[in-house]
Amino acid sequence: MGLFSSLADKLGNVFSKITSRGKLTEGEIKQAMREIRIALLEADVNYAVVKDFVARVSEKAVGEQVLKSLTPGQQVVKIVNEELVALMGSTNSKLEVSSKPPTVIMMCGLQGAGKTTFCGKLGAYLTKQGKKPMFAACDVYRPAAINQLQVVGKKVNIPVFEQGTGNPVKIAAHAVEEAIKLGYDTVIIDTAGRLHINEELMNELKEIKQKTNPTEILLTVDSMTGQDAVNVAKTFNEQLDITGVILTKLDGDTRGGAALSIRSVTGKPIKFCGTGEKSGDIEPFYPDRMASRILGMGDVLSLIEKAQEAVSEEELKKMEKRMRENKFTLEDFLTQFKSLAKMGDINDVVAMIPGMSRANVDSKQIDERINKYKAIILSMTPYERNHPEVIKASRRKRIAAGSGTTVQEVNALLKQYDQTREMMKAAQSGKMPMQPQKIIRQKRRFR
Amino acid sequence: MGLFSKIKDGLKRTKEAIAYKLNKLFTGGVLTDEFYDELEETLLTSDIGAETTDQIMDRLKDEIDKNHVRDTATVRDLLKNILVELLEENEKPEYDYPLVIMLSGVNGVGKTTAIGKLAKKFKKMGKSVTIAAADTFRAAAADQLTVWAERAGVRIIKHAEGADPAAVVYDAAQSVKSKKGDVLLVDTAGRLHNKKNLMEELKKISRVVDRELPDATVYNYIVLDATTGQNAISQVDLFNEAIDIDGIVLTKLDGTAKGGVVLAIAGELNVPVVYVGVGEGIDDLEDFDVEDFVAGIMGD
Repeated sequence: MGLFSSLADKLGNVFSKITSRGKLTEGEIKQAMREIRIALLEADVNYAVVKDFVARVSEKAVGEQVLKSLTPGQQVVKIVNEELVALMGSTNSKLEVSSKPPTVIMMCGLQGAGKTTFCGKLGAYLTKQGKKPMFAACDVYRPAAINQLQVVGKKVNIPVFEQGTGNPVKIAAHAVEEAIKLGYDTVIIDTAGRLHINEELMNELKEIKQKTNPTEILLTVDSMTGQDAVNVAKTFNEQLDITGVILTKLDGDTRGGAALSIRSVTGKPIKFCGTGEKSGDIEPFYPDRMASRILGMGDVLSLIEKAQEAVSEEELKKMEKRMRENKFTLEDFLTQFKSLAKMGDINDVVAMIPGMSRANVDSKQIDERINKYKAIILSMTPYERNHPEVIKASRRKRIAAGSGTTVQEVNALLKQYDQTREMMKAAQSGKMPMQPQKIIRQKRRFR
Repeated sequence: MGLFSKIKDGLKRTKEAIAYKLNKLFTGGVLTDEFYDELEETLLTSDIGAETTDQIMDRLKDEIDKNHVRDTATVRDLLKNILVELLEENEKPEYDYPLVIMLSGVNGVGKTTAIGKLAKKFKKMGKSVTIAAADTFRAAAADQLTVWAERAGVRIIKHAEGADPAAVVYDAAQSVKSKKGDVLLVDTAGRLHNKKNLMEELKKISRVVDRELPDATVYNYIVLDATTGQNAISQVDLFNEAIDIDGIVLTKLDGTAKGGVVLAIAGELNVPVVYVGVGEGIDDLEDFDVEDFVAGIMGD
C-alpha cells in the first residue's frame, strides 16, 4: 500500500494508450473515476463524500483539454488534486482572539483523540506567541486525567486550574473567573472524551459553552479515523457549532482521508495538526500537502508544476520539433541545463518522486558540473553551438581557456552531448514524446 | 501483471458480467443495481475497505449464481454467512496458567482501560492477577492504571515516569514468580507503528517476558480503536512484524463506528478478534461474538 502503487500510477495505466489525442473518452474517464474512487475509499474518505467528489471531478475531466506536456493520467490527477485542495479550504491556522480577554478555547472530541496532549502543544504554541494561557482541567471522568494535564502543564510551564472531580461546568466557569483575576489572557479547557451519541455528556459540553462563551471550540479528531468521522464531526458541529478542527497523530502512516470527510460535512476549517509526542509537534494545516497524502503520491504534483514552470510549453515544443528533425544542438543542450537549474536542488526534486523519498545524490557536485558545462557552451560561438562537428582540437583549446576549464572537460561535455543525441534518436524512433520526466532522468545521468 | 493473468482476469470479468446480467433477467429485477449498491455501501461505510468489499461482493455474486437466489432476504443471509466465515477462519487463543497478556497499540486506542477490564475479568474467575504498568512515557499513565487496579482489586507494579518499561516488566515477572500468580497483564505505552525505535522497545519488553517467565503462556494482543479506518491494517501488520500478534482487542464499539476493518485484517493477516470493548465501565469488555458483530455491520 502507499508508495508507488498510488493513484498516479494506476491512472497512468488507464491512460497509457492515449498520448497524442487532446481529449479523454468517456470510457477512459469512467475507468479513471473508478480508480479515484478506490484510492479515496482506501484513504478513509467517507463513502458519501467520495460519491459527490467523484461526480464533480468526472464532470471537470470530461472535455478538459489535455496538455501536451503532461500525460492525461497526470492531468486527471491534477484535477483531482485541485478539487481536493479546494474542498479542504485554505491554510487557516489562526486562532480567533476575544476582544474581551480571556480568550476561551474549548477542546472536545472522542476518547483517545489526543485532547490533553494537544492542550499542551497549543499552550506552548500560544506562549511562544506572547500569550499567557492557563489550562482548565474539566475531564473529571477518566482516571488520572487531571494528573495528566498537570504533568503536561508542568512541562510547558502553564498553570492548571482544577477543582478535583467536581462538576465540569462549574470548574470551567471558575477557571475563567480565576483567569480574569490572575491576568491570564487565554483559557484552554480540556474536556473529557465522549461519544457523540452520549446525550448527557453532549449536554454537558453545551452547558460549558453557554457558561464560558468560548471564542474557539476545537474538535480534536484522530487522523486515523475511518468512515465514522462524518458522524462524529456532524454531531459535534450540530450540537456545539464548532469553530475548527484539530487533526492528531499525523506522524503515523495514515492517509488521513478523515480530513476531507470532516471538512465537507462541517465546512469548518482544519486549524492545526499534531505530528508527534513532543510539545513542539504542532503544525498549521496545509490543504495541498493533505491532498497529496490522501492520494498517496508524495509531492508528485509539485514536481509536475515545477517541471512545467521550468520548461515552458513553447520551449518544450520547440525542442521536440528540433529533436524530431534531428537538429538538437548545443544551444538546446544549454536550454536544458538552464531549466534544470530552475527546478532547484536535485535532492529536493528526487524527494518529490513517490517511492524515492531521498536519493543520496551529491547535489553540489552535480551543480558544479552543470555550471561548468554551461560555461563551456557559453564560451562557444553561436556557429559552434549550432554546428558542434566543427569543434576540433584548436577550438577545444580556445573554449577551455575561455571557460576556465580543461580540454578534457570540454571533451566530456561533447561526449555527453553526443550521448544525449543518441538517446533522443532512440526515443524518437520509439515515438516517445519529450516529457519533463525525461529531463529529470537525464539530470540523474550526471551522477 | 503477466499476460496470462491479465487474460484470465479479463475473462473472469466477462464471465461475471454475463452471469450478472442473466441473473438480473431471471430474478425479474428484484436484485437491482440499487440493491447491490446498497449492500456495497453497507460494507464500505463500516470500514471494510474498498478491496475487501470488492472481494466480498464478488464472492456474494458467485454464490447468488450458484444457488439461483432471487430474493433480497436470501442475499442478505448469504452475505452474512460470508462475513461470519471470514471472521471465523482464525482461531482464538486458549488460556493456560500462568498466563501473560501484553497489550500494545497506537496512542489513544484504550489500552489502559482494557487492562483494567481484563484485570477484573480474571479476578472474577478467581485468578491471582498482577498488572505491570509499562507505560512509563505518557503523563500520569501509571496513576490512571493504579485507579483501575484498585477498582479491580489486583496488584500493580509500577516505576517512576520515564523509567525503562522493560525494567517494570522484569520486576512484575519476579513478583508473579515469587507469589505464584496466575495472570500478568502488561500495559505498554501507545506508539505509532511506523516509529522504529519505539517498536524496538516493544520487542525488548517482549523478550523480557519470554526470558523471565519461560513456562507461562504468553499472548500479545493489539488494541484497535473501532473508529479507525484502513490504517488499522498497517497497525496490525507492523506490530505483528515486531512481536507476533496473537489477537485483537477491538475497543469503542459502543459508538457508531462498526469496526469493519477487522474483516480486512482477518482476510489479510489471519489475526482473530478476541475481545470487544463496549463502554467505560469495568465490566464493559466482552468476548468477541462473530454473529453479533456481523449483525452490527448489517444493521440488524
